[in-house]
Amino acid sequence: MGGLQKKKYERGSATNYITRNKARKKLQLSLADFRRLCILKGIYPHEPKHKKKVNKGSTAPRTFYLLKDIRFLLHEPIVRKFREYKVFVRKLRKAYGKAEWTGVERLRDNKPGYKLDHIIKERYPTFVDALRDIDDALSMCFLFSTFARTGKCHVQTITLCRRLSVEWMNYIIASRSLKKVFLSIKGIYYQAEVLGQVITWLVPYQFAHDHPTDVDYRVMATFTEMYTTLLGFVNFRLYQTLNLVYPPKVSQSLSQPWVKHILNKLSALSASLARVVATAEEEENQMDQFPTEGDQENLEAREKEQKEQEAHKRLFEGLKFFLNREVPRESLAFILRCFGAEVSWDQSLCIGGTYDVTDESITHQIVDRPNMDKQYINRYYIQPQWVFDTVNAKMLLPVEDYFIGVTLPPHLSPFVEEKDGDYVPPEKLKLMALQRGEKPDDDDDDDDDEEEEEEEDDDDGDDDELTEERNLKKMENQRAQGKTLAVKVTPGKVRPWETGSVGNRVRLEQEEKAEEKRLAIMMMKKKEKYLYDKIMFGKKRTVREANKLTAKRKAHEDASKAEKKAKKQ
Amino acid sequence: PIQSVCVLSVGGAWRLGTDVRNTVGNIPMEWYQDYPHIGYDLDGKKIFKPIRNKDELDEFLDKMENPDYWRTVHDKTTASDIRLSDEQVDLVHRLQKGQFGDASFNEYEIHSCSSGPIVSKMVHAIKMGWIKPRKPKETTPQYYDLWAKEDPNAILGRHKMHVPAPKMRLPGHEESYNPPPEYLLTEEERLAWEQQDPEDRKLPFLPQKHSCLRAVPAFSRFIHERFERCLDLYLCPRQRKMRVNVNPEDLIPKLPKPKDLQPFPTTMSLVYRGHTSLVRSISASPTGQWLVSGSDDCTVRFWEVNTGRCLKTLEVGGAVKGVAWNPNPAVCLVAVCFESTVLLLNPALGDRLVVGATDQLITSYEPPEEDKEQAVTWALSEGPEHDKGHRLTLTHPKGVKQVVWHGKGDYLSSVMPDNTSNLQVLIHQVSKRRTQNPFRKNKGLVQCVSFHPLRPYFFVATQRCVRVYNLIKQELTKKLTANCKWISSMAIHPGGDNLICGSYDCRLAWFDLDLSTKPYKMLRHHKKALRGVAYHKHYPLFASGADDGSVIVCHGMVYNDLLQNPLIVPVKVLRGHQITHDLGVLDVTFHPTQPWVFSSGADATIRLFT
Repeated sequence: MGGLQKKKYERGSATNYITRNKARKKLQLSLADFRRLCILKGIYPHEPKHKKKVNKGSTAPRTFYLLKDIRFLLHEPIVRKFREYKVFVRKLRKAYGKAEWTGVERLRDNKPGYKLDHIIKERYPTFVDALRDIDDALSMCFLFSTFARTGKCHVQTITLCRRLSVEWMNYIIASRSLKKVFLSIKGIYYQAEVLGQVITWLVPYQFAHDHPTDVDYRVMATFTEMYTTLLGFVNFRLYQTLNLVYPPKVSQSLSQPWVKHILNKLSALSASLARVVATAEEEENQMDQFPTEGDQENLEAREKEQKEQEAHKRLFEGLKFFLNREVPRESLAFILRCFGAEVSWDQSLCIGGTYDVTDESITHQIVDRPNMDKQYINRYYIQPQWVFDTVNAKMLLPVEDYFIGVTLPPHLSPFVEEKDGDYVPPEKLKLMALQRGEKPDDDDDDDDDEEEEEEEDDDDGDDDELTEERNLKKMENQRAQGKTLAVKVTPGKVRPWETGSVGNRVRLEQEEKAEEKRLAIMMMKKKEKYLYDKIMFGKKRTVREANKLTAKRKAHEDASKAEKKAKKQ
Repeated sequence: PIQSVCVLSVGGAWRLGTDVRNTVGNIPMEWYQDYPHIGYDLDGKKIFKPIRNKDELDEFLDKMENPDYWRTVHDKTTASDIRLSDEQVDLVHRLQKGQFGDASFNEYEIHSCSSGPIVSKMVHAIKMGWIKPRKPKETTPQYYDLWAKEDPNAILGRHKMHVPAPKMRLPGHEESYNPPPEYLLTEEERLAWEQQDPEDRKLPFLPQKHSCLRAVPAFSRFIHERFERCLDLYLCPRQRKMRVNVNPEDLIPKLPKPKDLQPFPTTMSLVYRGHTSLVRSISASPTGQWLVSGSDDCTVRFWEVNTGRCLKTLEVGGAVKGVAWNPNPAVCLVAVCFESTVLLLNPALGDRLVVGATDQLITSYEPPEEDKEQAVTWALSEGPEHDKGHRLTLTHPKGVKQVVWHGKGDYLSSVMPDNTSNLQVLIHQVSKRRTQNPFRKNKGLVQCVSFHPLRPYFFVATQRCVRVYNLIKQELTKKLTANCKWISSMAIHPGGDNLICGSYDCRLAWFDLDLSTKPYKMLRHHKKALRGVAYHKHYPLFASGADDGSVIVCHGMVYNDLLQNPLIVPVKVLRGHQITHDLGVLDVTFHPTQPWVFSSGADATIRLFT
């Protein structure tokens, strides 16, 4: 005994965490400023392993931050700026109160501002880090760029977002790195591969937003502030990698002198960008031959993949598109140009259209209306889904399914990768067959039946036993009635699987295996059994879901067939 | 543009001609909305509004037809249009350009500063370069190559701990604007979806089908979802979770194949019928030719094992709780317990000589000189009862639940479960007709007892533990704690070093007495309470029967090598008994020589599995 008494919660995990309120007090910031700081610096709360210990015995729900994180925030120069801003607001209010207008003006001129460059550099020490995290930044910028200038956020922010998103799209066009597109009910998903990073972003459809009231726009604005800075730097670097001028300039040949604003020109997405060093546009980047031994197959596979990718980039090359006014111009122009097509639209719709509807060399016209009055013979009139499906299929799909007024085939998500056991829609199977180069069958009867055969072998055995027992009972009853104690031996029935036919032997073997497995499962340890049960439960659930979808599909097809028949009669 | 300027600079300059001036002052003119007038002139007379306001069309016509439209301004205070004169237009232009209003004023003329030293000081400061004109602030952010110098040393240490936020989930087919029909919800599913709490929903949106892209509306929750993502990014605790990617097949332990562990019972071959109520207990004769069973219908039946014939039925005075065949092959005795009586029967089956010798043994008893007070009364049966096979009757003070024989066949123990006294277990010696109570203290409700097959040890199972007593030294040797709630049955390995305990909480505990006092293995094979467990005498087999109606036979190999732990492999699940009144199998016992197992059940049958 002896020594100092150990106090509770003065060491261990209790000292590693700090509650939000305490952290706020330590930083001397208001809650709003603290939130802003956390967003900008990318600090998130932590869930302690022993919450009660950390909470000093209390079980009240609290948010905990790592004390190290908060200490790290203490050194942030922006914190000082926040405090300065607070003082500035106070001074300004005072000046207003005293009606010192010159003072107000002076204060406004010296409004403290801050830059986020160092934070971006600190959060994303390498360029690849920044690229990896750019999904959210893109989605946010694209959303903000669609906002109306009504005061939900600063107009400068909206224009900046618009500028950055247009720059991004132009980069994607210039680098031809778009891979997948998807029309969802939320908006349009795009997926590009930039410097080896897969980047997905979501763009809302072009409609006015009705702004919800339960959304804190300050939080969104803080995020956007950070994201715009990040995206600006990323764009700069990306333009640099392609030898493009930043801020982007439209190359002279295509620029229309009467359009003053460069942003408008860029957002038309029809002009190619100016380069720092004029180089040949098309650079054939041949894959280098490395002397590898034994890896021939691998190399070949890689070469093949490379070739496929190249082919995908040139998917629409040589085709000439015309967009009707009712289709979403920006997204379609973006996608088509990403794959090397020539695109134009009506002059009254937007600037940047290069040719007219009357141009005879147009191969495809994208239309989204039930019928067209005047049609040219030498071009296809197709619905916009064709473009999206074609990009995802990596091959030009037959246009017949997408003509005007035709019921469109379902639009599938390119992001789903089915593992074995998952449900695969029949359209996807057809598409895969098409990609392999097989001719599509006309009859739709080849629906693959994936119904799991429910094995109910066990019941058979039980049935046999049951019948046997019943027989025995009957015998016994008879005996009891007749009171004859004569012992009768009834000839036993030869069980079918005991005879040596092949099928039965196989079945017998399977049964034996199953029994063996069941017995082994009984001997599992508790922990492993739990895990095993969980895995098996998950597997069964996927099978159940797949079966449900198959059944639904079948019901739907039956219904539509019946309808067709009814129509015929 | 002119209009806006004019409205701002409502002065009096051009009013001179018209001489209509409103005296209401600088007030919002809406206050006069409901009146026919809009104020008062200098004489205090009302200024009336024009009868008819100009509408858009008038405005347009005016714009088209009036050549002076561009220089006409509307005066709100008098509700009249005023045409500006050339001078006035010129003045407006000058003001717009930021020039002085007076055309004759020359701004470049140097004025003498009469305003004192402050101005001259400032002029001096400007000349000296101390005061600089304010620079216009940069509003557009400047970008540059932030990552020009990627210095790996500059990366903070905390960056290694950083958990990047997981990316948004990629959309599936159901999110498509035109999904395959199977992804659309049916009416019931849609209703269920609507009634679900938004947090419980598997899909956060309703899949919808639109016939064409033109028909797709805006997604109403778009900003919400973005906002929620933002909240997730800065409010959610992040954690690295190790996802175990296990092949479930790898989790299954590799056990020797049951095929290689034969022989063991595999099929049900005989059903012994005759009892009318549940069969509590069974026991096989040491030769393996006979089987005795005791049932709740107050009968004891003797069966021939090979044929399934009931050779004898004996009525006793109560529901039979336990039967036990004397393990000594030279004696033909069966102990039966019902109510508070233990009955020793001579079934007169088998070898005549043995039967005779048994009777001889019973009758050759000579009472000792000094009669000691015993816990039970020994009574010799005579007359018709003797003819029925009754030999000795031991009347206990309390109800007897179980009887067991010692391996030699002379000693017999009976259990009277009672939580309150020390008189729970009695050991009887048949040859001397002596009874003793080995325990002085009550250590809990005794469930069952057993003799060690080779050494003078005695096992007593109470509710949660098994105590091992040395009968010669009369002391406790070991206390085994079975990690279960309530022990129901117990069996000792013929080698004597291993023990299995069945419990009502579905577990079977295997104890290795040399290893530990804790179970070596807990087997949770049964779904319901275990009622009976048994070891085979020769084969490495043990069986357990439970209320789920199954008998599970396991291979339980015990090695002579002390370092090698016993090998336990379940080899067969035997089913056959029907579950009646939630009871399945009540007792199991092995054939003494063959790898066969008997089980008695609540369905009034005994079954033989071979």
